[in-house]
Amino acid sequence: MSKVEVTIVGAALIAIALAPLGLKNYGIYLLTLWCVYVMAGMGLNLTVGYAGQMSIGHAAFVGIGAYTAAILMKLGWSFWLVLPAAALLCFAVGLVLGFPALRVQHHYLAFATLGFNVLMFLFFRNEEWLTGGTFGISGIPRPPLFDRSGAYFYFTYGSTLVLALALAWIIRSPWGRAFAALRDNPIRAESLGVNIMAYTLLAFAIGAAFAGIAGAYFASLVEFIEPAPFSLTSSLMMLLMVIVGGSGRFFGPMLGAAIVVLLPEWLRVMKDWYLVMFGLAVVALMIWLPGGLLSIPERLRRA
Amino acid sequence: MSDFLQLVVSGTAVGAIYALAALGFTLLWQASGTINFAQGEFVMVPAFITLLCLGWGMPLPLAFAVTCLVAMALLGVAFKNAVVDPLRRHGVIPLVIATLGLSIGLKNLVKAGYSAGPQPFPNVFPDTLFTLGPLRLSAYDLGALLLAGVMVFGVQAFLNRTVTGRAMQAVAQNTEAATVLGINVKRMVLYVFLINALLASVTALLVTPTYLAKFDMGDAIGLKAFYAAIIGGFNQTRGALLGGVLVGVLENLTGAYVSPAYKEGVALMLFLVVILFKPEGLLGKAEERKV
Repeated sequence: MSKVEVTIVGAALIAIALAPLGLKNYGIYLLTLWCVYVMAGMGLNLTVGYAGQMSIGHAAFVGIGAYTAAILMKLGWSFWLVLPAAALLCFAVGLVLGFPALRVQHHYLAFATLGFNVLMFLFFRNEEWLTGGTFGISGIPRPPLFDRSGAYFYFTYGSTLVLALALAWIIRSPWGRAFAALRDNPIRAESLGVNIMAYTLLAFAIGAAFAGIAGAYFASLVEFIEPAPFSLTSSLMMLLMVIVGGSGRFFGPMLGAAIVVLLPEWLRVMKDWYLVMFGLAVVALMIWLPGGLLSIPERLRRA
Repeated sequence: MSDFLQLVVSGTAVGAIYALAALGFTLLWQASGTINFAQGEFVMVPAFITLLCLGWGMPLPLAFAVTCLVAMALLGVAFKNAVVDPLRRHGVIPLVIATLGLSIGLKNLVKAGYSAGPQPFPNVFPDTLFTLGPLRLSAYDLGALLLAGVMVFGVQAFLNRTVTGRAMQAVAQNTEAATVLGINVKRMVLYVFLINALLASVTALLVTPTYLAKFDMGDAIGLKAFYAAIIGGFNQTRGALLGGVLVGVLENLTGAYVSPAYKEGVALMLFLVVILFKPEGLLGKAEERKV
């Protein structure tokens, strides 16, 4: 990172940390929600941006994490046990789902994840004995000490930073470099001895684990979960969040998540027309700026 | 046993409709490398154009004719020129994302601009029931099966028997070689987009009386079209028909004998099994990778 970038990132980190002081409860809720989206988005960015695979079922993994957390915490498990359980379960499901799809590459993962999301949504809605069906699960506890909304924000924010550091480490490790090599030139990477399938599968499963963690934080944040937030539409929003911010760029999901959380609030007066504009804006963005918003500085420098 | 047959027959009729949408999807992929995630909305939009025309007092045949023309202009020509052509040079992912954006935009345009609730849609076939031994067939099932079948085989005959159709196949197989042979590649690709818009309009006419016209009706149809196309074989026109019918029949059987709650998941399971054992699809040919 250049000096300018370090300054911008540092200032943003401090500004976000100070923001709750000037915000009411709803503002703090939105800020915490942003953190949850960033966690999920970072995982998706690993799959989409770094490993170059399309995944359109990320909300299903967030859902698995959220329901796992909700069910286990209602049984009295501690948050600290629930968190790794949610992450591991998503990691395992990611491996099982990704295996057939990634064996054939192409865009099969996109279709497999798409259908997986539909199936998981049906599961959440139909298996009332486990998930409460459309009534959902209410009264989900928060970890003790972080019960108040301000404290819970700092807890989530801190965890997001830890996850971001973990992601930065993954990307810089030999593993992460192999992901990027696969995305940029799969045939050359394979001829250099990189096992395409193993690496893309791993990237996908790690991305799913990030989503599971985000789900656990989400469940504690809203304290009530039902199937709706884990629909296919949410997955599309998460994917667009990563792409609009700038896929394959470390800070892409941070910017994208801010847009996805804040725009509906600001444009509430437009109701459904907001999504019409959003959809068409995505088309326009892909035509003129396929690298996402974070590619603007580069574009300006080149022009 | 007669229940079983009944389910198979009505499943085949629904499957033939899926096959129509799947066929357009396959053709677009072959000719232009476009994975159209708005394919479901490409069926939903003609349904609402027809409703608009009916609202202005047109009789159904005229309304449908106008729908086909408008669909070919908007979902064929405009979609190709404004979205696909400028995006093709960026590769597959930006194009996929753009069609996802288009899908969200179109859905909410209809929701905000027309109605959020389901709208009744006139049935093109009469309500008669035919009895054939233990089977009872509605005119709707028979008509849908017949019309969809004629469309699919018609498109296939066009592709295999006419010069234009063969030129279109040549473009799909090897664009550069086709150009060298003097085929007007741009025009052939445009034809494919027009055929897709036409197929989507017919699908809308057949599917909407049962699904009802609703802004999100494309979600289910689009999903089935993807899966039908891949199950049958992404690079085979006939594959779309086989895939569509398989999905339609198995869905019906699952709904009746296993659990109606998971009917929507059948296509996914079938898809996962197929890509595990025969990734090129049931009728597909394995593709060599170009280095």
